[in-house]
Amino acid sequence: MTDFPFENRIWDPAETLARDELRALQAERLRETVARVAHVPFYRRALAERGVGADDIRIADDVRRLPFTTKEDLRQHYPLGFLAVPREELVRLHGSSGTTGKPTFVAYTAEDLECWANLCARFLVAGGLRREHMVQIAFGYGLFTGGFGLHQGVELVGASIIPAASGNTPRQVMLLVDLRPEVLICTPSYALNIAEVARAKGYGPDDIALQFAHFGGEMWTEDMRHEIERALGIQAFNNYGLSEIIGPGVSGECAARGGMHISEDHFLVECLDPDTLEPVPEGEQGELVITTLTKQAMPLLRYRTRDIAALDSAPCRCGRTGTRMSRVVGRTDDMLIIRGVNVFPSQIEEALLRVDGATPHYLIEVDRPGAMDEVKVKVELRPEAFSDRMDEMQRLRDRIGREIFTVTGLRVGLELVEPQTLERSAGKALRVIDRRQNRPGG
Amino acid sequence: MKIQQISVFIENRPGHLAAQIRALAEAGINIVTLSLADTEQFGILRLIVRDWEKAKGVLEAAGRVVKTTEVLAIEVEDRPGGLAELLEVIDAGGINVEYMYAFTYGFKGRAVMIFRFEDPDAAIAALQAKGIGVLDAVDLFRRAEG
Repeated sequence: MTDFPFENRIWDPAETLARDELRALQAERLRETVARVAHVPFYRRALAERGVGADDIRIADDVRRLPFTTKEDLRQHYPLGFLAVPREELVRLHGSSGTTGKPTFVAYTAEDLECWANLCARFLVAGGLRREHMVQIAFGYGLFTGGFGLHQGVELVGASIIPAASGNTPRQVMLLVDLRPEVLICTPSYALNIAEVARAKGYGPDDIALQFAHFGGEMWTEDMRHEIERALGIQAFNNYGLSEIIGPGVSGECAARGGMHISEDHFLVECLDPDTLEPVPEGEQGELVITTLTKQAMPLLRYRTRDIAALDSAPCRCGRTGTRMSRVVGRTDDMLIIRGVNVFPSQIEEALLRVDGATPHYLIEVDRPGAMDEVKVKVELRPEAFSDRMDEMQRLRDRIGREIFTVTGLRVGLELVEPQTLERSAGKALRVIDRRQNRPGG
Repeated sequence: MKIQQISVFIENRPGHLAAQIRALAEAGINIVTLSLADTEQFGILRLIVRDWEKAKGVLEAAGRVVKTTEVLAIEVEDRPGGLAELLEVIDAGGINVEYMYAFTYGFKGRAVMIFRFEDPDAAIAALQAKGIGVLDAVDLFRRAEG
């Protein structure tokens, strides 16, 4: 293969297992998982209710006979009600940030950690990471799975790590300029933040040595990829994972960048209609529902991720056989239903990136003062786009409004605000304030 | 002949305009004249100050979005028909006015208007050909500060 932008190297031979071997391996591991979750009271009950046991699993598709697991189920068994191993077998705990106050804890055995590092190494190498690289990890190191997860993956590959962690953006820029790492790992919104601060300090792509970046932890768009790639002079790769399942490492892009290869030898991924819970036709968007196949400490059956994406099982020219998932286009619970129209915050971002004078920093405010929903989008103005002429400013506003309408089909109120005034975060950005009393779907 | 005007982006929220004016006051900058163009969602504050570079610096340091533009300060007879005659000259010259606003000080029966033209150099030539006074910064601020 000579038409890749860099050598298409495969980290783990399991990434290229023939499809029939992979399906057989999935069936075998699914059977083991169902046997393993018998130690979890929640699953013991749920399996008994359905009259299903490990012996009923013959093929991978038998997953459809198994019960679902939701975030709410995990919350109700707070903190560690889903453990399938004795507590003394654990070597690590992580947690996902809880908007409701308490995190959802996840746990790992030594075997789980080893597996996790290998899964991260797969997508890192697929996206250009090599042993000789230096990597700046600007993910939070803590309960959040991003920092430690990627750290172990990079370590396994043998590259050197600057564990910068998230935050202190001027220092991130200093590290990029002084130590000249080739690879950056963080959330895409934080990469934009870093690029912004670098530019304010007078640094451009030529002042840093970055070649690759691996982004995950939040939703982003193709336009945002182009913007970051331009700003930092890099190739940016998308990866996917969620802490309940393992953290980063469920899937990631290869050099062909035509979707993220799922590590299907470890995860069985279904794409379902969130209302009927029936599979959607391949290529159509649905909710990803994931069953872990090798997790020891906290295996989950049919976990409803609430992430919306599409699957593509067509062969990839990189040689990996894992089904590819599209980028996550929305979350079933982030989806705003405004005047009957489904809108994802990522669509607003996509629209803003098409307008020169706007920045992708925005805040969506939804109110219902009367019977109708009202949406206001606050957008940071790009300083160069400011004009002393009202007609030019009005034109800019109209253009933003038109792009948002093109992407979402909604007319929204627009408010231009000064640059750097909307909240920035080192992790996931606050994009929506919904003040409606009885929100549909919420 | 051209005067530097600074324009500031004003957000539509209480206190935003006052904060900019206060910042200038604290830096000892006197506003000679100003105009505010506004919509429901935002405004554009245009200012004429003697030390425009300092004013720009003060506002930018406070995180404001600032732009400088060249404008002309044009003398007009302070009597009925004075401005009408000036505008007729401008129209006759085919010069495009983007916006204009009044200068606050009169001098010997003459008022001053601030004009933003699409092409300030063409405007200067056309006005001077008709004997209309275009003030430079020295003249302008001398009037303002007596």
